[in-house]
Amino acid sequence: MTLLHFLLQNHDQVLELTLEHLWLVGVSTLLAVLVGIPLGILSAHWPVWNKPVLGTANIIQTIPSLALFGFLLPVPWLGDRADRLAILALTLYALLPVIRNTYTGIRGVDPAVVEAGRGMGLTDGQLLLQVELPLALSVILSGVRVAVVVSVGLATIAAAIGAGGLGEFIFRGLAMVNNQLILAGAIPAAVLALSADFGLGWLEKRLQPR
Amino acid sequence: MQANTVDGPVIEFCDVAYALPNGQPLLSRLNLQVHRGETLVLLGRSGSGKTTTLKLINRLLNPSAGEVRVNGAPTAVSDVIRLRRSIGYVIQDVGLFPHFTVEKNIGLVPRIEGWTAERIHRRVEELLQLVGLEVQMASRYPHQLSGGQRQRVGVARALAADPAILLMDEPFGALDALTRDQLQREFSSLQRRLNKTVVFVTHDLREALRLGSRIALMESGRLVTVLSPEDFLRSNDPLAAAYVRAFGNGLDSVANRGEP
Repeated sequence: MTLLHFLLQNHDQVLELTLEHLWLVGVSTLLAVLVGIPLGILSAHWPVWNKPVLGTANIIQTIPSLALFGFLLPVPWLGDRADRLAILALTLYALLPVIRNTYTGIRGVDPAVVEAGRGMGLTDGQLLLQVELPLALSVILSGVRVAVVVSVGLATIAAAIGAGGLGEFIFRGLAMVNNQLILAGAIPAAVLALSADFGLGWLEKRLQPR
Repeated sequence: MQANTVDGPVIEFCDVAYALPNGQPLLSRLNLQVHRGETLVLLGRSGSGKTTTLKLINRLLNPSAGEVRVNGAPTAVSDVIRLRRSIGYVIQDVGLFPHFTVEKNIGLVPRIEGWTAERIHRRVEELLQLVGLEVQMASRYPHQLSGGQRQRVGVARALAADPAILLMDEPFGALDALTRDQLQREFSSLQRRLNKTVVFVTHDLREALRLGSRIALMESGRLVTVLSPEDFLRSNDPLAAAYVRAFGNGLDSVANRGEP
């Protein structure tokens, strides 16, 4: 039986696992953006926060993913459902690229532009929303893109704790020593990662300030 | 002290000092008055404190000692956002917002001040003509403009909300000689029409003589002397004399100052 055959025959399940996968990646990315962008702004504007924020995000990044799932398992509310746990872990991993690129993007805004804006009487909020964030947007988006691509890969491991997603095929294939099954999980995951990379890359280019 | 006296100085420095957070002094015991409608040029080399002086006026910097007053009111107690919106600010690097069109750049302060779209549009057209740009430029982005055009937009943007005071930090410093010459002429005639109170920073004596009603010479964070352009050329002050020597015979043009 060829791989294509398998995918077609089990298209219901492939679709279901793909949607689960997208759910894990989508929710965790959204959370990472909601938390990471404000943290990036904080560390760009107040250098005191720079080291603790980026340092913590860096340390989280070094924890092996399986170990992180394991650490989180006994946490009361989280451990109840595997997808909550997986989403939290994925969010934590996605934070670093989002925070770092928000920081870099805002610090990279031409100082003359910021000074002119301040001198004209823009408030800090106006400066942030009308000048700094729009000009940093493409850099921030490239951080989000990295986060999404990494998350798509990492989310396959979430199947190890029963959170679903395309990792299900991979782990089942590993258990049954069935390469076909492994590929049935790995290839759609790779396609997801590539399309996210391409789509967000396109958006990033469009948003590049001239 | 009475605020907003009509005849008093528009900008006043009273024993002002400024030091960096690490304690290094950049400006000490500055006493200086700027009068309504004049163009006061702060002349000095880099590190002399002229830009620091300028930034103390719109509170991009706050004095570590002494008091700066604008229209009689100490800036330390005034609303900093209102203060800055009442003062036009032009810098050498222009600092146009690269993601805004020329029209949006010029109209930003009016827009956040709540002007109607139609009034902003009319104001932008008026200002473009004032600074010698065609009205079609309004839809361009800064990267589509030449250096001289960008600085014209920078001046238009500073004038947008019709401030009575204009601060200019080497606005023509980064331009080629011909464009600079042209913009200086135009600015000089513009200033005669608009009658703003201008504080102008430069290290170029020629520019100072050409544009200034008075020249404040600065060195190492101190105000050395304040002189009219005519007196500057005849001054016995060693630093002023050194400037005149350094610029040498390039100063002939000063003889016909004001007549382009």
